[in-house]
Amino acid sequence: MKGKGTSDTVSVVDGDGNQCCWWWWLVHKGTTTTFLIVGLFALLVRAAVSLHSYSGFANPPKFGDYEAQRHWMEITINLPIQEWYRNSTSNDLSYWGLDYPPLTAYQSFIHGLFLRFVHPESVSLFTSRGHESYLGKLLMRWTVLSSDLLILFPAVLYFVIVRYGQPSRSRKSDIGWHIAMLLLNPCLILIDHGHFQYNCISLGFTIGAVAGVLSGKDLVACVLYCLALNHKQMSAYFAPAFFSHLLGKCLRRKHPLLEVSKLGFYVLGTFAAVWWPYLYSKDSILEVLSRLAPFERGIFEDYVANFWCASSIIFKWKRLFRSESLRILSLTATVITCLPSMIQQIKSPSNRGFLYGLLNCSFAFYLFSFQVHEKSILLPLLPASLLAMEEPFIFKWFMQFAMLSMFPLICRDGLVVPYFALLALFILIFDAPGQQRVKEGNYLYNYLGATTVRLVLFCYFILHIVYLTMNPPEKYPFLFEAIIMNVCFSQFVLVTLGCNIKQWVLNKPTKLEVDKKFI
Amino acid sequence: MGKQKLSSKGVQNSGCTKATLWWFYLVAACIKVLLFPSYSSTDFEVHRNWLAVTHSLPLSQWYFDETSPWTLDYPPFFAHFEHFLSMFAHLIDPKIVHLQEGLNYSANTVVYFQRGTVILSDLCLLYGVYRLTRNLDSRKQKLIWLSAIWSPMLFIVDHVHFQYNGFLIGILLISLSYLEEGRDLLGGFFFAVLLCLKHLFAVAAPVYFVYLLRHYCRGGIGRGFTRLLIMGGMVAAVFAAAFGPFFHLGQIQQVIRRLFPFGRGLCHAYWAPNFWVFYIMSDKGLAFILRRLGFNVQTPTATFTAGLVGDSSPFSVLPQVTPLVTFMMVLLALSPCLLKAWKDPKPQMISRWVAYAYTCGFLFGWHVHEKASLHFVIPLAIVAVQTLEDAKHYFLLSIVSCYSLFPLLFEAQEYPIKILLLLLHSILMWSGFSAQFPDGAETARAPTGHHTEKKVDQRKSNGGFVIGWIERMYLIGLVIVEIWGQFLHPLLLGDKLAFAPLMLISIYCALGIMYSWIWQLTFIVKSP
Repeated sequence: MKGKGTSDTVSVVDGDGNQCCWWWWLVHKGTTTTFLIVGLFALLVRAAVSLHSYSGFANPPKFGDYEAQRHWMEITINLPIQEWYRNSTSNDLSYWGLDYPPLTAYQSFIHGLFLRFVHPESVSLFTSRGHESYLGKLLMRWTVLSSDLLILFPAVLYFVIVRYGQPSRSRKSDIGWHIAMLLLNPCLILIDHGHFQYNCISLGFTIGAVAGVLSGKDLVACVLYCLALNHKQMSAYFAPAFFSHLLGKCLRRKHPLLEVSKLGFYVLGTFAAVWWPYLYSKDSILEVLSRLAPFERGIFEDYVANFWCASSIIFKWKRLFRSESLRILSLTATVITCLPSMIQQIKSPSNRGFLYGLLNCSFAFYLFSFQVHEKSILLPLLPASLLAMEEPFIFKWFMQFAMLSMFPLICRDGLVVPYFALLALFILIFDAPGQQRVKEGNYLYNYLGATTVRLVLFCYFILHIVYLTMNPPEKYPFLFEAIIMNVCFSQFVLVTLGCNIKQWVLNKPTKLEVDKKFI
Repeated sequence: MGKQKLSSKGVQNSGCTKATLWWFYLVAACIKVLLFPSYSSTDFEVHRNWLAVTHSLPLSQWYFDETSPWTLDYPPFFAHFEHFLSMFAHLIDPKIVHLQEGLNYSANTVVYFQRGTVILSDLCLLYGVYRLTRNLDSRKQKLIWLSAIWSPMLFIVDHVHFQYNGFLIGILLISLSYLEEGRDLLGGFFFAVLLCLKHLFAVAAPVYFVYLLRHYCRGGIGRGFTRLLIMGGMVAAVFAAAFGPFFHLGQIQQVIRRLFPFGRGLCHAYWAPNFWVFYIMSDKGLAFILRRLGFNVQTPTATFTAGLVGDSSPFSVLPQVTPLVTFMMVLLALSPCLLKAWKDPKPQMISRWVAYAYTCGFLFGWHVHEKASLHFVIPLAIVAVQTLEDAKHYFLLSIVSCYSLFPLLFEAQEYPIKILLLLLHSILMWSGFSAQFPDGAETARAPTGHHTEKKVDQRKSNGGFVIGWIERMYLIGLVIVEIWGQFLHPLLLGDKLAFAPLMLISIYCALGIMYSWIWQLTFIVKSP
C-alpha cells in the first residue's frame, strides 16, 4: 500500500494527501452518509443471508429456534397476556415454552400480528405447529430484518456519533471502517438472519445504553439497558460493568446517594412498566421468573468454548458434582473473574475503561457462568466490536475464534456457505486496502509472536476442513467438537487476560492523555 | 495531468492497484456466494442443459439435440465454453451433465457449481476493466470499478436470474481496451471472438467495421489494402474456427436457424423499455380515438410477442413492423455515429460509439430483451468519469436501466435484495460523483496544493455534481411507479389489468432510455 500516497496527492483534492483517499468518495459527505452507505450494504448482506436455511429446517418433531420464535408468536397473539408463561391445555410449555422476559413476548406479539395480517395460517393456534412455507419463512425473515433496521442500526449510529463527534478529515475513513465492523459482525448476522434469533434487539439496546453512558446521559443508558435485560436475560452479562461504572461515577458526584437512587428509580420504573401485566400477584411474577432461570438444564449445553466444557475432558463436572453445588461453584467463579474489572471501574470510572469492563465482565460470564450457549459469544463480541478501533488485532482474533466456536452449530443448521462467505467478507473489509492504522502493534500479537500467529491461523483453517470432510473415530464421536472448543477456549482466555491487564494499565497517567484524546 | 508523470508512478502503484481491484472483486464475490439459494430463471436450466448436451453428445449433434426444449442457440464458441465447464461438472456430480436424468436437476451441487462458474467467469470482466482503467488516476479508477464490478445489473441478471453477461461484456471491454491503446488487430480479434460467443453483440459490428477500416487500414492504398487483408483474414480465421466444423459437417443451415429464431415477435414477453413500446402504445391510443370517432377499427388477433404468422398484424392502425424495418431503423440511428467514425476515427471515442451502437440496437431492434441494456451501461460506466455531464447522464441511465430489470425478479423473496442493490448503487454513485466533481463551496474548503488549483477553477465553473430538477422529478416518478405497481395497484384494482404495472415500468423506463439515446447522440455529433 505504500506507493499509493504519492500518486494520489496529484489527483486528489484531499489536503492530507494520505493513503486512504480511495475511501474518500465513501466518507467525504460526513458520518451520516457513510452510515447510510454502509448500512445499506449491511442490509443487503443480511437480506442475502436470510435466503439460506434456518435452524431446525424440515426437522420434526422439535424443529429449532425458528419454530420456537414462530410458536411464541402463535401463543402471544392467541392467548391472553396472563397465560403466556403458564402451562395450560392451550399452552404446552414443554414444547418451546416462552423462556425469555416479557419484552421478547411483546416483540413476538407485534410480529405475530404482522404475520397474522399477511399469512394467518402460519400463526394459527395448534394447527400451525411446525408450520413451514415459502411465505412464512419470508415474513419471519422480514421481522428480523426490520428489528435490526429499527433497533441495532440507529443504536450504532448513535454510538458512532457520540464516540467520534465531528471527526477530522483524516479520521473519517476510520469511522467508516468502524461502522462497517459494527454492522457487518458475521457472528451476529449468521445467528440472527441464518440460524434465526432476535439478538439484534437486545444487543441494539445495549449499544444504545453504552452510547448513553459515553455521552453522559446515564438515565437514558439505564432505561435502554433495562430494556435489553428485559428482552434477553443474557444481557445480564453486562450488568456488573454497567453497575460498577455508574456506581463509580455517582460516587464522584456531589450527592452520591441521590444520584444512585435516581438511577435506581429509573431502573425500577422501566422494570415495572415492562412487567406491568404480571404485577397483579406474586405468583404470576414467580411464574414468569421460573421460566427465565434454566436451572433444570445442565451447566453447559452441547459444546461451548467455556471453562466448564473445555475442562470437562479432564474433570467430568456433571458427574462429580450435583447441579446445586455446580450452580454455586459457577457463580463464585464468575464473580471472582468479574471483580477486577468492577473494582477498576468503581475506583476510576472512565469511558474507555467502561468499554473494557463490558468486555471483561461479559467474558467472565461466558467462560464461567451456568448454562451458557455457544451463541452467547455474541455478548462479549459486542464490546470487542465497540473497541475495534483501539484493539483491531484483538477484535479480529476474537471474531475469528468466535466464528469457529459456532462452527458446529452452523454446520447443523446447513449454513456453511454463508459462514465462509461472511468470514471472508469480514476479513476483506477488516483488511481493506488503503488504511493507515497500524494493525499489528498489539500486545497480544507481540506476546504470541508472528510465527505463532501464523501457525494458529493455519490450524484454524485445517480445523474447518477437518470438521467438514472427516468422520471422527467411533470411540470419540465428538472429538472434533472438543478440539475446536479447547482451541477457542484457549484463545478466549488469552484475549480476556490481555483485556483485563489493559483495563488496569489504563489508570497510568501516561495513558490518560490517550484516553482524553479518544473521548 | 501529464501521462508521463503517471506512468512513472504507475509502476510502483500497480501492485497496490491490483490488490485493490482484487478486493473489489472478492467483496462482490462474497455477496454473489451469499446469493446462491436465490431464485433462478429458466436460463439456469438452459445452461445446465447445454452443459449436458455438449458433454454427452459429439459436436455433430450439438445443434440437433431436442431432448430439452432449451436447445442450444448460442454460437459455437459458447458451446465450447460450456463443454469446457462440463468437464468439471462431470467431476463434481455426473448427474449435472446427464442428458435425460439431469433435466430440471436442482440439487445443491448443480446450483453451487453453475453459480460458481458465473462468479469465476467474471474474472474476464475484471481483466477487461483492469485493462481499460490501469492508466487512469486512482480516484477515477475506483469510481469505474464501483460501477462496473459492483454493477447491480450484473448482480440481478447474472447472479440471481442466471446468465454469463459478465464474462461476455468482459471480452467486449478487453476488445475496447486494445482499440483504445491503438492495437486494432487484437481489438478486432477479441470482437470476432465475442461474436462467436454471443451473436447479439453484432449490433456494434458496423461501428467496428468503419472504425477499423479507417483507423487500422489507413496509410495509402497499398498499405491499407494489406492491412485490410490481414484484418479480414484474422476475422475469417476466427469465424472459421467457430463455424468451420459445422460447415464441414454440412450443418451450417441448422446452426443459423438456431441462432436466428425469427419466429419470435417484435417484443419479448415483458416489453423491453424501447422505442416500440411507444409505437405500440400510440397504435392502441389511435385505435381507441378512431373507435370513439365512429370508425370501424378491428381488434388485431396477433400479439406482439408471438412471431409473424401469415398476414395478421398485431397493430390495428399503424403499419406492420418487420425485422427488416427494425434493421433499417437501427442502421439509420447508427449513421451519425458511423459518419463520425469515418471522418475521424479517434481511439478515445470508440467506447462511446460502441455503447451508442448497443443503445440503438436496444431501442429499435427486433425482439429485444430487457437484459440487453447491460451491453451499453457497462461500457458507458468506463467513460462516466470523464466529464461532469457524463457523470450526470450515467447516474440517471444506470438507475433507470437497473430499475427496468426489476420485473426479472418477480418473487417476493428477492424483493428486498433488488431494492437494496439499486439503492446502494445510486447512493454510491451519488457520493462518488460528488466527491469526484465537488461544487465550488466544497473545493474552497479543501486545503489544496498548488498543482490542483487550476483544476479547482475548472470545477467551480462546472458547478459540481448536482442533479437537475427534471432528472430529479423523473427519479421521483420512478419511485411512484414502483409504489403504484407493488402496492397501490393490487390494493385498488386487485387482479384487474394485471399487466398494467409492468407496462407502466416499460413505458416509464423507455422514456429514460430514449433520453439517454438522445443525449449520447448529441454528445457524439457535437464532439469535435
